[in-house]
Amino acid sequence: MATTSTADPTRRDMLYIATGAASAVAIGAVAWPFISQMNPDASTLALSSTELDISAIPEGQIVTIKWRGKPVFVRHRTKKEIKEAEDVPLAQLPDPQTDQARVKKPEWLVVVGVCTHLGCIPLGHQGPFDGWFCPCHGSAYDTSGRIRQGPAPRNLEVPDYAFLTDTKIKIG
Amino acid sequence: MSGPSTYVPKSAIGRWFESRLPVMGLVHSSFVAYPTPKNLNYWWTFGAILSFMLVAQIVTGVVLAMHYTPHTTMAFNSVEHIMRDVNWGWMLRYLHANGASMFFLAVYIHIARGLYYGSYKAPREILWILGVIIFLLMMATAFMGYVLPWGQMSFWGATVITNLFSAIPLVGDAITTWLWGGYSVDNPTLNRFFSLHYLLPFMIAAVVGLHVWALHVVGQNNPAGVDIKDVEKDSVPFTPHATLKDATGIAAFVILYAWFVFFIPNFLGDSDNYIMANPLQTPPHIVPEWYFLPFYAILRAIPSKLGGVIFMFGAIVMLVLLPWLDTSKVRSAVYRPVYKILFWVFIACVIGLGYLGSQPPEGGAVLAARILTAYYFAHFLVILPLLGLFETPRPVPASIAESVLKGDTTELGKA
Repeated sequence: MATTSTADPTRRDMLYIATGAASAVAIGAVAWPFISQMNPDASTLALSSTELDISAIPEGQIVTIKWRGKPVFVRHRTKKEIKEAEDVPLAQLPDPQTDQARVKKPEWLVVVGVCTHLGCIPLGHQGPFDGWFCPCHGSAYDTSGRIRQGPAPRNLEVPDYAFLTDTKIKIG
Repeated sequence: MSGPSTYVPKSAIGRWFESRLPVMGLVHSSFVAYPTPKNLNYWWTFGAILSFMLVAQIVTGVVLAMHYTPHTTMAFNSVEHIMRDVNWGWMLRYLHANGASMFFLAVYIHIARGLYYGSYKAPREILWILGVIIFLLMMATAFMGYVLPWGQMSFWGATVITNLFSAIPLVGDAITTWLWGGYSVDNPTLNRFFSLHYLLPFMIAAVVGLHVWALHVVGQNNPAGVDIKDVEKDSVPFTPHATLKDATGIAAFVILYAWFVFFIPNFLGDSDNYIMANPLQTPPHIVPEWYFLPFYAILRAIPSKLGGVIFMFGAIVMLVLLPWLDTSKVRSAVYRPVYKILFWVFIACVIGLGYLGSQPPEGGAVLAARILTAYYFAHFLVILPLLGLFETPRPVPASIAESVLKGDTTELGKA
């Protein structure tokens, strides 16, 4: 056995590498289900859309509904709020986006009611920009749900939604 | 330090057992014959106090788990069921909830003792880093435990902390969804937190084992900061000396613990957590438990989401790097006149951050938190590296025996 340290690969080297490679694949294949089981399950994914009748929401009011466990704000904006949102120069916005790009109809703003900082629910009609104010860490949003001041990095998210009729929307 | 055991069992059965599994010899060499520096003060009893608290938390936690239900619709009520219906349930829950606070109080004192006496310096770096890992595991365990009662603070605390991971570029949202098992903190989150809250204390126990092992390899630091040179002159056996001193420390600490449990059990808690979790309403003022407040203040002080998260975790990373950031060769603050003052300034800075973390993030509080955050990092990254170069330490005693026999170290410094 004194001659085992030759330059030529032996049967043992070959078996060692092949076994190691197969083990690495096997470990990965076994690990994946243990990681994947923590992702949203089928029952969570099934609760993906919700409908709302908006005919009863008067001008100026914000209605909160639950979608995927999170609040969604449906805001019937006043003319003044729409104008405020449209008149802001994009240069003043940390996350520049026009108001037109965030609404389907100017009177109706639909946003996910989760602060983009750390997930608190901002309070409506509060803060320096008349939109929302997050009580947790002081982020202020305007009447288009765009971040204007504070630690939040992004505008309030606009979910996928559609007007089914003039008075009914479907979120998700 | 802990060489081969000289333990000889007295009984025949003991000898028979020891020759097959030398566990009694291990206990004897670690906790009976083990030489401890003869100058240890009461700040050195916090290791034993922490061991006691870990056992207390595991014992109370295991029995609470017999009555608790980890489901969003039942968790809150099952905690009330523990408080009202379960025999002695109120006491067990108050022991566990206040036990967490006592655990953190003890660990902060234990860490501060290490900072003051330079216990992180060579050859104790691994020992120190294992301690930081225990501290991190404790924070994760405490956070997940606080979510279980499913009150308003449980829910919103969980929401804020899990959202920290969404600050990670590119994969942040996917990681957060994975942690939640959904699109918000919900039943899957509560379930896995319960599972992990039960697991982590045993991982802590394992790392504590490594921590004690590392301690017994390099030996204990002590107020003089010089190592044992002559076992006969510098040390005393662990039993009875350290055993009884530790027991005295534990007894005193248990009095404080019992005071909280039996007289002011809700003093450290937040009354909002007696309101059931409501995913559609954030409480007006979210605050973590007191032991997280300094880190929470750092998180809020940075006007950027990712930056806040980086600095908050960076505050812990500073502790990991500390053995290499402190350039002074002298361990104990007793012989470091400037560090001795700056140590207390640092403690004041951390307490100040804790106070600011409890205040709403408005006006002067934000500015003050930024100043103290800057100081916190400057202490580690600027002050400690430079201080070791510029500070003139006082003469360090040649041995532990000398520091004890010459009496007051102040006199020693003048001599």
